[in-house]
Amino acid sequence: MTDLIESLVRGLGLGGLYAVLGVSFVIVYRATGVINFATPALMILGAFFTGSFGNAIGLPFWLSVLLGMAVMAVIGMIIERVALRPMVGRPAFSAATVTVGVFIILLIVAGRLIGSELLTVNDPFGLNTVDVLGARLFTIDIARLVIALVAIGIVGLFLARSRTGLAMRATAFDQETSLAQGINVGRMFGLSWGIAAAMAALAGALLTAGSSGVETTVALVALKALPVIILGGLDSIKGSVIAGLIIGVAESLTRTYQPIYAPWLGANFDVIVPYLIMIIVLMVRPYGLFGTKEVVRV
Amino acid sequence: MTTATKESLRTVKGRPQLFTSYAREMAIFNTRVKRNWVIAGIIAMAVIPFFLQRDMVALLTTVLIFAIGGIGLNVLTGYAGQVSLGQAFFMGVGAYTAAVLGGEAQGDVIGLGLDMVIWLPLAGLVPALVAFVLAPLAARVRGLYLAILTLGLVFIGEHIFKEAKPITGGAGVGRAPADPVFLGFDLFSNQTILGYRIDRFTVFYVACLVIFVVMAFGARNFVRSRFGRNFAAVRDRDVAAEVMGVSLLRTKSLAFTVSSFYAGISGALLSIVIGRISPETWNIFLSIDFLAVVFIGGLATISGSIMGAVFVVMLPKLVNTLTGFIPGFGGIGEGGLLNVFELQSIIFGLLIILFLILEPRGLYGLWLRLRNYFKAWPFSY
Repeated sequence: MTDLIESLVRGLGLGGLYAVLGVSFVIVYRATGVINFATPALMILGAFFTGSFGNAIGLPFWLSVLLGMAVMAVIGMIIERVALRPMVGRPAFSAATVTVGVFIILLIVAGRLIGSELLTVNDPFGLNTVDVLGARLFTIDIARLVIALVAIGIVGLFLARSRTGLAMRATAFDQETSLAQGINVGRMFGLSWGIAAAMAALAGALLTAGSSGVETTVALVALKALPVIILGGLDSIKGSVIAGLIIGVAESLTRTYQPIYAPWLGANFDVIVPYLIMIIVLMVRPYGLFGTKEVVRV
Repeated sequence: MTTATKESLRTVKGRPQLFTSYAREMAIFNTRVKRNWVIAGIIAMAVIPFFLQRDMVALLTTVLIFAIGGIGLNVLTGYAGQVSLGQAFFMGVGAYTAAVLGGEAQGDVIGLGLDMVIWLPLAGLVPALVAFVLAPLAARVRGLYLAILTLGLVFIGEHIFKEAKPITGGAGVGRAPADPVFLGFDLFSNQTILGYRIDRFTVFYVACLVIFVVMAFGARNFVRSRFGRNFAAVRDRDVAAEVMGVSLLRTKSLAFTVSSFYAGISGALLSIVIGRISPETWNIFLSIDFLAVVFIGGLATISGSIMGAVFVVMLPKLVNTLTGFIPGFGGIGEGGLLNVFELQSIIFGLLIILFLILEPRGLYGLWLRLRNYFKAWPFSY
């Protein structure tokens, strides 16, 4: 029982992380129709900035996370302006390949910035635990879930209630019509990239909090948000929250129970569980739980 | 051949560029110049290793192998318009098929030690079969969905490769690749022919060249066939293609299967050049390399993929050589602005972006511009 609670909470923490990354993907996809393969590198770079603000300047964790997100938002907008804007009107897969190029560059830059020294994000959670119903829960997992939900809630509110959010949704819906209504579509693209990069930075901070330090090797964790957005639907923020939690819990439960019940699946089988779920979803329901079903018109 | 088609294939005397039939225009060498250049190119490629150092020959062999894999991916991405990040997975399947059939058994690792005549085709056919099984799944999804799906395949494949110890040797350990013994003739051993001693790397290069030429011509012929036209139709407008009676499922499955066949052969040969293969070889970054071959080389051209392969494989060597002359770069440690490896990767990423933005047709597009410039030289304006 304690096993179950512990792995459920760990899964929800992980799920929160995936949900934040999923939202990062979804926002770029909705605005520009591009899967942003640079997200893993944005995440690591965000973790680096958070860590730098925390350690080098000595700011408190909350402030350094916010500053890290702000810096990454600016970087995200610059990347959009320089590398992605010229690709407007080109096939989506070309633009997605551009983000692969951005990924390679940013990952190297991040690795060089981090260097060989250990860089933590100076978080207050560390390896602290709380006891609930006899189960030992890591505070970081609870913090991940709460922070993730709050952050996604803010983004959701912004999109739903604010004037700019409305403009962004309009752009996602129909670029030409939005342009005709006086919306600066290019700026909306930039803003989407800014928000996405900030969310990636937050994910980086949450991932690094409670671990030993920022490393480029964990970058590919961010790609697990792809199964999340496939399950949730490529254009649904609500979907990516729910799917993120489902996949996080599934992965965590596998980590706990697979070595006991199905050891023949091999070590670290939990790492590929999200991808297996993704393949099943693609077979059964390719547009995901909450995604818009693609309507093809001739 | 009937008289009528014979008639239509005839060239008008003194007018080599005048095509009197569709068949002649679509012919593999529709102009004499093209044929002559291809023959010259093949001869040059066959002769060049005899004048080069051993490490350069090995590098050129890698170029040929990357070109094979790149052509395969280009059939899928360039011609059929389906982006795949799964090339590394299928290369891995091909490499391990070859290693199991043609390698030697060591301890727990299986190796049947069969001849290359058997393992080479199977190294292509087994990945093709895997792709064929997965194809209905791949055909359901469009565009970027396929990229995500195949990305998942790479991660799942890496896990399977790490765990299937009798086949792959397991994580961090790896296994020896297949032995390239063709009908009893070892293609990776020093040979003496007519008194000349030929290095084993050169021997293997020539073998790869033969395979490469066969596969490149195969692909070129394939894409100008009925199936190739189906691919282009699906790429350009899948709905329209379907309305015209092109089966999406069949076309996409075929593209995926053919592409994986090429990937498998490429993987099997690459494992021999590497010398020892570990499951970590077949990761997402290898897939990105192949994506770069296709995009930098130029979408939907076979010759572009060859140029792309030359470029991607030679780039590290080039950067390595050039950094010697620029202060601040180079070195392999922490010093300086960037070390050689980092510089290579950044240039690599930058070139992918620049080519896509500035010259989407890739190196092939640059070549076209150059050719058109000199076509009417000195009146090229």
